[in-house]
Amino acid sequence: MAKRIDISGLSAYYGNHKAIDDISMTVEPRSVTAFIGPSGCGKSTFLRTLNRMHEVTPGGRVEGKVLLDDENLYAKDVDPVAVRRTVGMVFQRPNPFPTMSIFDNVAAGLRLNGSYKKSRLTEVVEKSLRGANLWNEVKDRLNKPGSGLSGGQQQRLCIARAIAVEPQVLLMDEPCSALDPISTLAIEDLIGELKERFTIVIVTHNMQQAARVSDRTAFFNLAAIGQPGKLIEIDDTERIFSNPSVQATEDYISGRFG
Amino acid sequence: MDITTETTSSPPPPPGPGTTLASKGSSHAGDRVFIGLSRGSGIALLVIMAAIAAFLTYRTGLAVSKDEANFLTSSEWNPAGDPPVFGIAVLLFGTIVSSIIAMAVAVPVAIGIALFISHYAPRRLATPLAYVVDLLAAVPSIIYGLWGAVFLVPHLDGLNQWLDQYLGWTYIFDKTSDGPARNLFTVGILLAIMILPIVTNVTREVFLQSPKMHEEAALALGATRWEVMRMSVLPFGRSGIISASMLGLGRALGETMAVAVVLSPSFIISGRLLDPGGGTFAQNIAAKFNEADEFGRDALIASGLVLFVITLLVNGAARWIIGRRKEYSGANA
Repeated sequence: MAKRIDISGLSAYYGNHKAIDDISMTVEPRSVTAFIGPSGCGKSTFLRTLNRMHEVTPGGRVEGKVLLDDENLYAKDVDPVAVRRTVGMVFQRPNPFPTMSIFDNVAAGLRLNGSYKKSRLTEVVEKSLRGANLWNEVKDRLNKPGSGLSGGQQQRLCIARAIAVEPQVLLMDEPCSALDPISTLAIEDLIGELKERFTIVIVTHNMQQAARVSDRTAFFNLAAIGQPGKLIEIDDTERIFSNPSVQATEDYISGRFG
Repeated sequence: MDITTETTSSPPPPPGPGTTLASKGSSHAGDRVFIGLSRGSGIALLVIMAAIAAFLTYRTGLAVSKDEANFLTSSEWNPAGDPPVFGIAVLLFGTIVSSIIAMAVAVPVAIGIALFISHYAPRRLATPLAYVVDLLAAVPSIIYGLWGAVFLVPHLDGLNQWLDQYLGWTYIFDKTSDGPARNLFTVGILLAIMILPIVTNVTREVFLQSPKMHEEAALALGATRWEVMRMSVLPFGRSGIISASMLGLGRALGETMAVAVVLSPSFIISGRLLDPGGGTFAQNIAAKFNEADEFGRDALIASGLVLFVITLLVNGAARWIIGRRKEYSGANA
């Protein structure tokens, strides 16, 4: 199920601009790792290199290695489409497919992977919606469009859609930044449950959120605007928020800059 | 802007209610002119439409009341005869069949080109390609007609024979005469080429607006490029594809010169599309209007009214299809 991610010497570019520089870290399986740092420090870009979404951007290019249990995602013979089926992603703004019903949204990934019997599909959709704590709210309107749900429900629908294909890793790019505090709490609770089954990496601007949900926290920073982002340190969340080993981390967390 | 507003507004406006109310009338003179102009244009448009409809209906009434044959079902056209007999069955059949062929050929190709330009081609190639498609839309229809008659007709002979040989059993591709391919099938192909630019341009514009976040959602689920198109771009563009097709259909239904030059017309209804003959509303009007007498012209105008009504119905149907599943459309995302 959940796999370890080993990143070594990873740099990402937009055309000639280097967005992140030489990042190495390990993400433990069945845990939540949070990325924090000021805007523009490349944490979202870095997240998108972990499922090869970065290269979708025109001019996007990556150097270095990302090992998923010893398999390099950037090896020559690896198909990025297969990578994305193994490493799921939830985006900043809830993005259910507007032309699909709630049911079809959750089933979308499964249908990509091949044909399933209707009964099997129904089973997986229910399981995923339950897994995303959304089942009770939508079970009576599975055939209604997903765009009719509230923002928080839409985001949980997107999480259900992502976990329906049983990925090894779940990447979340500021999943709560467009949501109200109650929906945010629902998603945070959900993350706590999901880490039993998945390796979770979450980018967040909200430091309380990082402190609440994550086991380990990585702090990114950039020397100046236009400079590539760098990993400053990664450690147990408790340690990062109480006694970080780098001064810049402490400055950022206590709000002295950024 | 006139001078009174300049002077009242240049110093900080006094808070007294009297001055603000007084300056209001003069400063909105421009608004009044604009409202008058836009309202006038709107009314003028309605008046023109109503005048066209009234003219067509009146002359149609004059003609059809003296028609000794059934105007809708007769396949004869002899308004100068005694008694006058004329009907639009042949024209209706030819117009609809050639337009259906045009749509069947043009819409899939147009969607393909639009997807290529909007999502597959590198920008260096996409921009000139889009420009070329724009140019195609600017070619006058008589040029298409001449090209069709001189180049397309002889070059479609081979395709006609091939269709006759392998698909002749379907009846519609059964070719019974040896003449050149001046038939409804060729007309359909030519119309397809003519409506391709407009259908391509409108669908391309819609595809370009397809939200990035839905494309990324599909990609992140492990969709291939084509699956991204199927899951997010095409459903988003669905209503745009329909309106583009209807625009193209409108042009195909009314196309005159190209059809008149290519088709070898005759007043017969034949399901054998590869045999010469048949006709369309616009082609028939263009071919007969000059030599027709007053009554013959009224008869042609009557057929024009039918074309007018068909075009209205096509547009209405398009709007209905687009509106039917609004809550599923990408617009409210």
